[in-house]
Amino acid sequence: MKVIMSGNEAIARGAYEGGARFASAYPGTPSTEILENMPQYGDSVYSEWAPNEKVATEAAIGASIAGVRSFCAMKHVGLNVAADPIYTFAYTGVTGGFVIVVADDPGQHSSQNEQDNRNQAKAARLLMLEPSDSQEAHDYMKAAFELSEKMDMPVMMHVTTRICHSKSIVELGDRVEAEVPDYEPKIKKYVTAPANAKVLRATLEERVEKARAFANNCEFNKVEMHDTGIGVITSGVSYQYARETFGEGASYLKLGMTFPLPYDLIKDFASKVDTLYIVEEMDPYLEEHVKMLGIDCIGKDKIPKYDELNTDIVRKAFLGVEPETYKSDVATVVRPPALCAGCPHRGFFYALSKRKGIMITGDIGCYTLGMAPPLGAIHTCICMGAAPSQGHGASIAMRNAGKSTKVVSVLGDSTFFHTGVPSLMGEVYNGGSNLTVVLDNRITGMTGHQQNPGTGYTLMGKEAPEVDIPALCKAIGLKDENIITVNPNDLAEVNAALDKLLPKEEPCVLITRWPCVLKKFSQQDIDEFPTLHKTQCVIDQDKCKNCKMCVKTGCPALISTKEKVVVDKTSCNGCTVCKQVCPFDAIEEVTR
Amino acid sequence: MSEVRNILLVGVGGQGTILASKILTSGLMKAGYDVKMSEIHGMSQRGGSVSTQVRYGDKVYSPIVGKGSADVIVAFEEMEALRWLDHLKIGGTMVINDYQIQPVPVNLGAAEYPEGIIEHLKGICDVHAFKAADIATDLGNPKAMNIVLLGALVKSMGGLDDIDWDAEIEANVKPKFVELNKKAFHAGYDL
Repeated sequence: MKVIMSGNEAIARGAYEGGARFASAYPGTPSTEILENMPQYGDSVYSEWAPNEKVATEAAIGASIAGVRSFCAMKHVGLNVAADPIYTFAYTGVTGGFVIVVADDPGQHSSQNEQDNRNQAKAARLLMLEPSDSQEAHDYMKAAFELSEKMDMPVMMHVTTRICHSKSIVELGDRVEAEVPDYEPKIKKYVTAPANAKVLRATLEERVEKARAFANNCEFNKVEMHDTGIGVITSGVSYQYARETFGEGASYLKLGMTFPLPYDLIKDFASKVDTLYIVEEMDPYLEEHVKMLGIDCIGKDKIPKYDELNTDIVRKAFLGVEPETYKSDVATVVRPPALCAGCPHRGFFYALSKRKGIMITGDIGCYTLGMAPPLGAIHTCICMGAAPSQGHGASIAMRNAGKSTKVVSVLGDSTFFHTGVPSLMGEVYNGGSNLTVVLDNRITGMTGHQQNPGTGYTLMGKEAPEVDIPALCKAIGLKDENIITVNPNDLAEVNAALDKLLPKEEPCVLITRWPCVLKKFSQQDIDEFPTLHKTQCVIDQDKCKNCKMCVKTGCPALISTKEKVVVDKTSCNGCTVCKQVCPFDAIEEVTR
Repeated sequence: MSEVRNILLVGVGGQGTILASKILTSGLMKAGYDVKMSEIHGMSQRGGSVSTQVRYGDKVYSPIVGKGSADVIVAFEEMEALRWLDHLKIGGTMVINDYQIQPVPVNLGAAEYPEGIIEHLKGICDVHAFKAADIATDLGNPKAMNIVLLGALVKSMGGLDDIDWDAEIEANVKPKFVELNKKAFHAGYDL
């Protein structure tokens, strides 16, 4: 059967067909939909959200050691979190086939950096596959489990945003059932005490060379011979851009397996063409290998070393051709992303933005948008879980330097569970004094609403125990009176809590508890937050003095022109923050 | 080999470009075309500019519509039409929803929304502009605006009349909205 699927849907389907029985992931754009698509195969594959990528990877490794085909999935920076287990798992090899899906984000559509994880496959020595469309994403994922078992290597499925989020036609197949052996301890293989690990280190090189021999003659690496004046070596979605640029005016070595690289195949292809081009996104990964083989080629001299490629860029770089276009001299206004209308983070950030002389360390999530004007209430964003630890370092350093700047650390519920807990633990243990704010919107918001250990539900829809954040904070050493939970839409409540906690010279936690307005509310949400979506705000134009105080909350439901401000009824979710800041009592809350 | 044809659906996060493109690509696949579609999710979704790219033909390679290559651009919002103008093929058609969404910098007084975009574009390229939101509201629900625009798109592309669009709407829309969306599609097509 043929269906149209995104790369992520195709990877999920491929995992099912390839005999996977266990899957784990932490959500992250552009990889999130892989695991979101797994529950439909729930009869055959168990799948779960892990609190972070390291845990996801370790759980999948455990399943592989138990003899079961398993995989984990993450965005590119997730691999940094999962690097600890995966670098050593490369040494031990697998029992059940194991795949780690890593989704890079060239162009940083939704990411804090643009690392090229092909380098990590090389550094850790993971067998790497790179599909160029949804059909290949499906086929490679399906084949990856058996390949992993055959080569005794973890496989990295390396994909990019354009593969994950593009749809194309996929021919589906049937599931392959792999036998699960009875468990037998393999201590020399899996206990990486130095005596064993040194042996594994040597056999790892042997496995890499065996895989390289396989790569020279495998179905993943394809030669397409046309005109031999130009030869192109390429992989992933870059193949599509190259193929469209040169058509049959060039020959192609399209690499689907890019670690270990097929040196003999590359040399053979290079010998058959006059000029060799390398077309790849981000780092000169293929190019460096080709040059190391002593082969002349042209790559990053012509095409950019960063950002996403497309056919226009490749065509201009190699053929010097640019398309004819319509032009206008009227400039457009940018549309920076903003906190949504009714976002429960807005009230908190508005209140925080009024406090002077503080440093605000931030984290990764929707709330990073608290940085934007008019709020400007996030000062840092480096990586997941860093707000409390960065805040702690800054706070201690400034105190020792004789500075009095107070530090507030802001992170979301899911980020807190990801790596924020040890971060806060370090602060409490070491006598820090920053105020950590957990923006608990009852869901993992940024990536499109995934369950997490605080929401009470699992990926497969089962009820689950909920992390009790105040109790957890108390258990790691915070004083009971230093932990306050507030409704972030109530500015008076937020301000009272800030007044109480900001002057304290010891670790404090403020929890803002209100659901993301876009999430699908659970019965528990409806019971706990009865006013959700029941009201909207309306501006009484007779009372309004057009002072724009409400607009300074940054709410996109407020449409401001020179003459007046109105509330857009289609987007207002009734958080009432605008009503609370209005100095003329001109905003009313009305039933929807 | 037939030439690859290119469509861009552009708008602001939350306007329903995704459902429209889902119906479109499903119909194109059933008609026997190779189809690729690309869209970007994530941070850019939160009130940012969004685009869905659809390409079809005998064989499609890149999922991205290049500059100067879109046969039709459907702009769900006026300024987004202007933003994507350089992607329109010379001789292509710009279908524009006569509808404005103010970006944050305009709200904050840091920038001005350009005036008279539709008239300006009419002086540059072939423009088919109408108030899709009003048409959808008259049919009973302003949210069906996206399907009104889909109907206008199918008409503008030409050559897609043999596809059973009603069946595609039935397959992709909740039962209680099927009739509304069928009417919306035909209203857009017949404009």
